[in-house]
Amino acid sequence: MTEQAIQVDYIARVEGEGALKIKVKDGNISELQLRIFEPPRFFQGFLVGRRYDEVPGIVSRICGICPASHQLTAIQALEDALGIEVSQQTKDLRLLLALSQWIQSHTLHIYFLALPDFLGYESAIALARDHLPAVQRALELKRLGNDLTMLVGGREVHPVTPAVGGFTSVPSRQELQAIGERLAVARADALATIDLVASLSIPALERDCEHVALSDADGYAVNGGRLVSTKGLNIPAWQYRSHIKERHLEHSNALHSYIEGRGSFLVGPLARVNLNLEKLTPAARKIARETGVFPTGNPFYSALARSIELLHSIDACLALIDRLDPRPDNVPYTVQAGQGFAITEAPRGILYHSYRLNNQGLIEEADIVTPTAHNVASMEEDLRVFAPGVLDLPIEEATLKCEMVIRNYDPCISCSVHALRLEIERE
Amino acid sequence: MSKPRVAVYKMSSCAGCQLEILNLEPILLDLLGTVELSYFVMARRENEPGPYDIGLVEGAITCGEEIERLKKARQECHLLVALGSCACYGGLPSIKNWQPQRVVESRVYDNLAAIHSTTAYGIDYYVPVDAYLKGCPVSREELLDFIKSTLLGVRPYLRPHSVCVECKLHENVCLFVTDGAICLGPVTTAGCGALCPSRGKPCDGCRGPANDANTVSLAQTMVSYGLHHSDIARYFRKFAGMTPEFSKGAEAV
Repeated sequence: MTEQAIQVDYIARVEGEGALKIKVKDGNISELQLRIFEPPRFFQGFLVGRRYDEVPGIVSRICGICPASHQLTAIQALEDALGIEVSQQTKDLRLLLALSQWIQSHTLHIYFLALPDFLGYESAIALARDHLPAVQRALELKRLGNDLTMLVGGREVHPVTPAVGGFTSVPSRQELQAIGERLAVARADALATIDLVASLSIPALERDCEHVALSDADGYAVNGGRLVSTKGLNIPAWQYRSHIKERHLEHSNALHSYIEGRGSFLVGPLARVNLNLEKLTPAARKIARETGVFPTGNPFYSALARSIELLHSIDACLALIDRLDPRPDNVPYTVQAGQGFAITEAPRGILYHSYRLNNQGLIEEADIVTPTAHNVASMEEDLRVFAPGVLDLPIEEATLKCEMVIRNYDPCISCSVHALRLEIERE
Repeated sequence: MSKPRVAVYKMSSCAGCQLEILNLEPILLDLLGTVELSYFVMARRENEPGPYDIGLVEGAITCGEEIERLKKARQECHLLVALGSCACYGGLPSIKNWQPQRVVESRVYDNLAAIHSTTAYGIDYYVPVDAYLKGCPVSREELLDFIKSTLLGVRPYLRPHSVCVECKLHENVCLFVTDGAICLGPVTTAGCGALCPSRGKPCDGCRGPANDANTVSLAQTMVSYGLHHSDIARYFRKFAGMTPEFSKGAEAV
């Protein structure tokens, strides 16, 4: 009998604190745990009693990487509760804000978090010594996404302008067009990114996995639409809790999301491209088709999907900027009791927010489930299929390969913690 | 002279302050030519052991395990810096401090036996701190100014005055006076460039109290605007409710 163990005490190059432990006995996995040891921050708990108009600012602090997603999802859930229908301009600016965050977040993941693994470096800092132009390209793309977030949202991390009913201030047409010129130039960088990612050697990993994303008749869904899947799910946001549940498995401290009657599922760029390929902007759609990869069940193609979404985001932003000439046009509303629901596509996948308000606009109940919380069961299942294939490798290499499986999801652990109902196990 | 070694630690936080380091894109490579980012788990796989010249701590302290990690960080860093409002004051996680711990926990978790969360504090509740870089998130300009000053051996310029000063410099129309919007600008530390009021949003107080903050007077003004004492407490008990100044504001009326 031989025993081996793969153990990563603090998974690097992800956002937040997680650990991986795989025990192997006689060539079979006897124990596999993706442990999340990030301490809980209780957002759903302390949101109770706060006023509805504080919520967007508070929930943006759930995550420094996708603050705009939390803000926009919360705002839409609150508007659902208050019966508010915003203007087309507000919807356009919100889409622009969400896509700006996709640009910076996708760039961050592709170049800083994932690429070093594929090219054999410990970090993007080390990568810069041999591949300086690629790192410079990444820095420019990320800055462009950030500058667009700043223009529309007022700040890159934790934007300030999005509000229930509209925006506290809007950018001018001149400002938008100036950044539009930079976006047009950056298309070349996005194309170079796709070439680079397409040239990487993708590990084999096949698993029957349900893919879930938003779908919208009007285009590539970001801030709304119905929740659909590769196995027939098709529901509006308010029915989310009737279909998506969480459960506590013995081998894990985290409760795992699953679809009632089926099981774990995957959200994020790969699920979006697989389900909505025809809705991508023309250039991104053409390239996605030419790769011949999609639809695919291999989660490692998330990197390619992410790079295609980078181009899509730039083109979609250019189209929005072309038609926007923003004026203040917030809609008036009265505060009343109610319950509201919203789902958006954050960079890492679907994000669910729901709130119940009393007639003074104070929060009575908050329910938040993040993309990483949706994906954590799928990450473990990937590892169960993937790990046996790397067990013969030297332990350091096997560990790195297993870390790659997790980093491929671009997990956002801070984000997931207060949304997951999990137990914390101390070391 | 070898490059100063910098460590970045994460406690209970959103990672937004760490991200602000990477958000220095146009000068990030220059910065890396000046200091060594020796420990930065979000960005590197191979992290080097201490001691370090500068330790940047992000996040509030909310559990026993973090207290231990913080004490170790204090030992291995020459200068220990609170990076952002969570590390400075407890930040947003401190909102839960004014509700019974078990009530807040039970809204989120089923099995409370496994939850060992404590009152959320800034890091100086447990260890001495050499500098406070305020904000939610931290201001990149202040962070850079701090690093540059440290390298030059001069005192960094960290603003003591209130957000109102910066708001006036921007020639903004006062939201408080003209719109009747409740704004914490008069009692909040500047350094953000009056970011929110310049975009039509009243100050939330995310940078914590300015050094001459008269929060009692501000609370009385809020009463004259028709606010209930529970509203006033909510305003002050947000990002920096644990500070003496904001506590006084919350309890003034």
